[in-house]
Amino acid sequence: MALTKEHELHTRRRSRNVGLGLTLAAFIAIVFGMTFVKVTRGGFAPNPSPVATAPAGQQGGANGN
Amino acid sequence: MSDASYDSSIQEGEAQFGDYFALLKPRVMTLVVFTAFVGLLAAPVPVHPFIAFCAVLFIAVGGGASGALNMWYDSDIDAVMRRTAKRPIPAGKVTREEALAIGLTLSVFSCLFLAFATNYLAGGLLAFTIFFYVVIYTMWLKRATPQNIVIGGAAGAFPPMIGWAAATGEISTASVLMFCLTFMWTPPHFWALALFMRSDYDDAGVPMLTVTHGRRATRVHILVYTVLLAALAIALGFTQVGGPVYLTVAVVLNALFLKGAVDIWRRDEDASEGDNFLTERKFFKLSLLYLFAHFGAILIEAGIDRMGF
Repeated sequence: MALTKEHELHTRRRSRNVGLGLTLAAFIAIVFGMTFVKVTRGGFAPNPSPVATAPAGQQGGANGN
Repeated sequence: MSDASYDSSIQEGEAQFGDYFALLKPRVMTLVVFTAFVGLLAAPVPVHPFIAFCAVLFIAVGGGASGALNMWYDSDIDAVMRRTAKRPIPAGKVTREEALAIGLTLSVFSCLFLAFATNYLAGGLLAFTIFFYVVIYTMWLKRATPQNIVIGGAAGAFPPMIGWAAATGEISTASVLMFCLTFMWTPPHFWALALFMRSDYDDAGVPMLTVTHGRRATRVHILVYTVLLAALAIALGFTQVGGPVYLTVAVVLNALFLKGAVDIWRRDEDASEGDNFLTERKFFKLSLLYLFAHFGAILIEAGIDRMGF
């Protein structure tokens, strides 16, 4: 028997499915929000590269080439 | 074979989302959320509102996970006791294996995400709290010693300390004293309840002080713990989270609490039975206000500081 669109199983498990869906949506929102806050506040800013920060004339890489 | 036949064993009384949520002991979670929130806001380091929200949420989820693991391990005694017989596992809504899986998953999730959101000390403290509640209390000491309430209280006392650590990345005198406040409050609170509630812990084989050492000894214990609690509560007023509002609340409430404990200590069983444990019931109600008001006063002090008064 094919699983119909509104099988009895769907009705029986509606609250579980909706609850889990909302939980997952909240999880995504939290991860997104945390990432946004951390990135915009500079918490995860990469270390500046030696090339970009070295004074003019000293550029040429970390090994001094 | 029909598509639905794989699930034929689960019919009536199938678990709904609320049953899984009930595994997390939502009522206990309210205390965890409140005290963690106060610990976080009282800390001298400001936290971004969204990170603060996440931190409190992860602490609450961690507390809930330990509740699920407690229900997994204690499902045998939960089925015996009237108060707990309707919990999802003894009621047949959720299997023990499901509770274990949910408890373990949420434990790992909450600790890792708290560490990512704030710092590793906060994540580690939350992990220790879950370990302490599940392994030290639930698995080991709950069924072994009548001091189980004291030990269990320690697990419930960690949230303000975790909240503080989430903000500052460290442990301080103030956060330890906030831990001590809940830790010392728990025994008199529960022993007062045990005096007027004819507990069914005995049927379940869980040693309670009222049964193992008698009701007279329980009254003495309530007084001793209340005296120690009063000293700690006043001492907290002289740390960085204290102030005039907190000290006023602490002095008034501890005077009332001490009076209640002395009254309980003075009474004998005949007097208590005569008025249906009126003094013990009043003391228990006051204990609820006591903890809420102390942490509420810390919150007010934090608000006053933030506003620059």
